[in-house]
Amino acid sequence: MASTSLDPKPRLLSALNVLSALFMAGSIYMVFFYAPMERVMGNVQRLFYFHVASAWVSMAVLILAAVLGIIYLFRPQKKLDILAVACIELGLVFAFITVTSGAIWARPAWNTWWTWDPRVVTYTILILVYMAYMLLRQGIEDPQRRARFGAIYAILASITVPLTYFSIRIWRTLHPVVIGSGSPSAEGGFDMTRPMVWTLLFSLLAFSVFGATLLWHRVRLGWLADKVEELRMKALGR
Amino acid sequence: MASYFSAVLAIMRKDLAAEWRSRQMVTAMLVFVVLVIFIFAFTLDIDTLTRRQIAAGVLWSTFAFAGTLGLNRTLATEGERGSLDGLLLAPVERSAIYFGKTLANLFFMLVVEIFTLPLYAVFYNMSLAQPGLWLVLLLGSWCFCSVGTLLAAMAAQARSRELLLPVLLFPMVLPVLVASVRASSAFVNGLGLDYALSSLNILVVYGLIMPALGFMFFDFIVEE
Repeated sequence: MASTSLDPKPRLLSALNVLSALFMAGSIYMVFFYAPMERVMGNVQRLFYFHVASAWVSMAVLILAAVLGIIYLFRPQKKLDILAVACIELGLVFAFITVTSGAIWARPAWNTWWTWDPRVVTYTILILVYMAYMLLRQGIEDPQRRARFGAIYAILASITVPLTYFSIRIWRTLHPVVIGSGSPSAEGGFDMTRPMVWTLLFSLLAFSVFGATLLWHRVRLGWLADKVEELRMKALGR
Repeated sequence: MASYFSAVLAIMRKDLAAEWRSRQMVTAMLVFVVLVIFIFAFTLDIDTLTRRQIAAGVLWSTFAFAGTLGLNRTLATEGERGSLDGLLLAPVERSAIYFGKTLANLFFMLVVEIFTLPLYAVFYNMSLAQPGLWLVLLLGSWCFCSVGTLLAAMAAQARSRELLLPVLLFPMVLPVLVASVRASSAFVNGLGLDYALSSLNILVVYGLIMPALGFMFFDFIVEE
């Protein structure tokens, strides 16, 4: 079977690799050389651009996974499941980046690595929920049932995404609000100047492209793993 | 519509009757709760004022652990005796099974809470005559059971059921527990409705969304 030489890497994906490398380099340049130094917090404020961008990517792909879950329940297709798993894995990775960068920023800004603030708590819950998703998948052998349960759990879990997003608007919190007005008790907020806004927007773009590239790679990996599994079943069956 | 409700009630009655005959689960939950209270009392060897402040947190941790114990049995027994197939063959909507089981679980949890609260009142020196606290208990338990029954149905079909349920359930109900603890603590410490309102809102929203999702998805969980 010639078709089993597994599909070659698409040219567009190689182009995306280069593009995301360029964008990330550009974003790093802007963060360190273009964006001005924030007066109160100093250089540590520069983490903000990566922190917000990775939080954005994590939440976007997790919501995407929930949407894929809904579609899967009505039209079960293997590729939807592979894409959903890729989304959630990626979401977890970016969520860890967000928490880590947040903790590093919080040390000088709030004078502590960690605090039981509503935003931090809800985001931690989000991470735990999606880690449970991974365990759920490991616990089920039948691939179709695994995909179905995964879809349902991804939908249930996605409730934590808006909960995290709105947590700083519902409760009194230390965490500063980027879009809209924040809680009066927020610490470490600041008004963005024009170059800061541009830097943030470019970081968001760069992280989105980077996230999309990684997602594609992960989907390809999932697809290939599935093919290998199929071939092995075929070989063993004979 | 009326037949749907009677189906829900029939399934709930079935679970209650089965439990009434053996009284295995609720007894185990009660003993467990008492043990947990003592463990907390011994391990958190603290002064009266702090004890009062953390009472709501201890209360809800206890109920969460006991509730998980009950949820684990709710579908496991059906699976062991093969009665789940019979239940699924019954000419009722699948979601009626979900609501019937959720109501039965809520009933067990409330029974445990009713027996436990006086103990708490004694050990943690708090007043129970607070309708606000009862409301929080009812709402929080409803949220817990509605999502718990759904996840228990999933976990029952996985390889390591009893192990998987708490892992799936606890992160999912953390928002409920946080909101319940905040609201209960507001009532226990006499801060009144204003302090509890935002947490109550969360419980109400969660308690509407989760059963709605269960209503939609239970079919997909039990289908073969």
